[in-house]
Amino acid sequence: MENRSVMHPDWPAARILRTMLLIRRLEERVDALFAAGELRGTSHLSAGQEATAVGACAALRADDYVTSNHRGHGHFLAKGGEARRIMAELFGKATGYSQGKGGTQHMADFSIGFLGMNGITGGMLPIAAGAAFSARYRGSGQVALAFFGDGASNQGTFHEALNLAAIWRLPAVFLCENNCYAMSSPACHMVSGARIADRAAGYGLPGVTVDGNDVAAVYAAVAEAAARARAGDGPTLIEALTYRILGHSRGDLRVYRTREEEAEWAARDPIARFTAAAQAADILSPDDIAASEAAVATEVAAAEAFARASPFLAS
Amino acid sequence: MRTTTATQLVYYADAIREALALEMRRDPAVVLFGEDIALYGGAFGVTRGLLDEFGPERVVNTPISEGGFTGLAIGAALTGLRPVVEYMFMDFIALAADQIVNHAAKFREIYGEQARVPIVFRAAGGAGRSYGATHSQMLEGWFMHVPGMKVVAPSTAEDARGLLISAIRDDDPVLVVEHKDLYKVRMPLSAEARPIPFGAARVLREGDAATVISYSKAVHTAALAAAQLAQDDIHVEVIDVRSLKPLDTATIAASVRKTGKALIVTEAMGVAGPAAELAYQVMAGAFEYLEAPIVRLTARETAIPFAPPLEAAAVPGVEEVARAVRALVG
Ligand SMILES: Cc1ncc(C[n+]2csc(CCOP(=O)(O)OP(=O)(O)O)c2C)c(N)n1
Ligand SMILES: [Mg+2]
Repeated sequence: MENRSVMHPDWPAARILRTMLLIRRLEERVDALFAAGELRGTSHLSAGQEATAVGACAALRADDYVTSNHRGHGHFLAKGGEARRIMAELFGKATGYSQGKGGTQHMADFSIGFLGMNGITGGMLPIAAGAAFSARYRGSGQVALAFFGDGASNQGTFHEALNLAAIWRLPAVFLCENNCYAMSSPACHMVSGARIADRAAGYGLPGVTVDGNDVAAVYAAVAEAAARARAGDGPTLIEALTYRILGHSRGDLRVYRTREEEAEWAARDPIARFTAAAQAADILSPDDIAASEAAVATEVAAAEAFARASPFLAS
Repeated sequence: MRTTTATQLVYYADAIREALALEMRRDPAVVLFGEDIALYGGAFGVTRGLLDEFGPERVVNTPISEGGFTGLAIGAALTGLRPVVEYMFMDFIALAADQIVNHAAKFREIYGEQARVPIVFRAAGGAGRSYGATHSQMLEGWFMHVPGMKVVAPSTAEDARGLLISAIRDDDPVLVVEHKDLYKVRMPLSAEARPIPFGAARVLREGDAATVISYSKAVHTAALAAAQLAQDDIHVEVIDVRSLKPLDTATIAASVRKTGKALIVTEAMGVAGPAAELAYQVMAGAFEYLEAPIVRLTARETAIPFAPPLEAAAVPGVEEVARAVRALVG
């Protein structure tokens, strides 16, 4: 991890760890709540992809924009979303981010630049380009970053948004979380070409591939792309290679992948890697790690209690 | 598949799968396209097992490219195949709308009857499972609006199988609206699979107090309300139109001429929705027999909410239907 483990001054190692842990423990709790039949509908959990969410958001300004997708709890927490209001939304309660109207796939907090998760695969890429257009028009210096998956890179909206952002040199960052699958479909069957990042060349843009389970690598790539965007040099496409630990959504038996493959990726767990590197670099102690775990456990439990105690919106 | 010969209780999803399998055995031109339909069997398991029997050449997993694979299937239909395209959630058909509306539906006419487009679009519509606003809509009205399109929306396993068989054999584009909240409901299914013709409504309950006209899952809501009303000696006639376009206007008119009152129940939105067309057809076919204004109960004008109580309140429920009938006959 070299000394890149110290990223933005606002994001000391303890905050990086805490945010990644918060995402992991919240997702695990949501998974358990679904298994217990306590939550309705479905959800797409981002356990295993914490380094992309946190590395990217750590490289952005607080007022920069982020658009998300169906697998957005982690993106939202990394951008500064509150666990208790996310949990309340999952319970469908009036205190949730969308008063229970949105659910797992439809939450936003415009006050922190989080322009929303969305249930339409690829739907938010042009929206992010539009936020970038608006930022430049207003001269605000903001950047817009779109999180999306390998599957979304096959939608027309991906290609159209990249072209639009490229021809107008918009301050946008397109961050593809290639987690190897779109539902049951392996990226290697569905995405033509060796790398999604290579698609950038077709639009005359820089395309970068990073280890999406290395939070510092994601940070570095997004920091560079955001600086480029802010300087007026246009968008960048980043492909972060990662893996979703859990199934695609509730009830996925994962018949399309092997337990061996899952074990290989478990050995590259982004949180374990970060803590190991941070300890080796002497920027986190075992006590720090234990304190983060404890604080996160309290926060997730409090979020659930808040959600349970909240009322439904009167219909 | 099923082996016995008597009527059985079968999941709506299984009846759809049976229609697909039967038609694929019968006609090698039938090919399936859709996201995660092969090994995974589709988000709702409708196509589960078909890969084993028919192989990946005929059960084709697509990338997430609704506009692209819809157009591709239309091109294949234009040149000899009979594709059946699955939209995992009906909402996603919005991404394919151009190919359906401006291409598939128009080719026959704009190319001077040289071409037919024998294609089926299967879409999982409807609310009731807390999937949220982008996964719960009933958008059949959009497609009823387009010349060249046929639209059916079965409420039973029998109709789901029979209408899908007809859709696959039809030489024009057909939208089959399935209801995701019915997939795991067991219903009677006769042993012998037969095509059910389009444009033939089904009277599932006879009565003289009022006519309740519906389709898809709302038929079950209407039937439950009718059973409840019967206990109070209010006997309504319940019609499942099944096929929205073409529409069986004769059955609708005959019923309303008898009852003098009509309530239309849909899970689709009201404004410019299917209920508007149904109301017009009631008026056109039974105007002088109407004893009261036609009433429609539709989804509330809202993005379908996620929270279970809000979602339930957004679409017509049994109590609401019963109340509307009482007000109409009262
Ligand atoms: C337009 C559209 N098509 C299909 C779906 C169903 N669906 C939801 S997520 C998903 C897979 C998305 O894959 P990817 O973009 O790689 O994201 P990941 O789930 O791997 O995070 C699919 C097919 C959808 N929500 N929207
Ligand atoms: Mg993916």
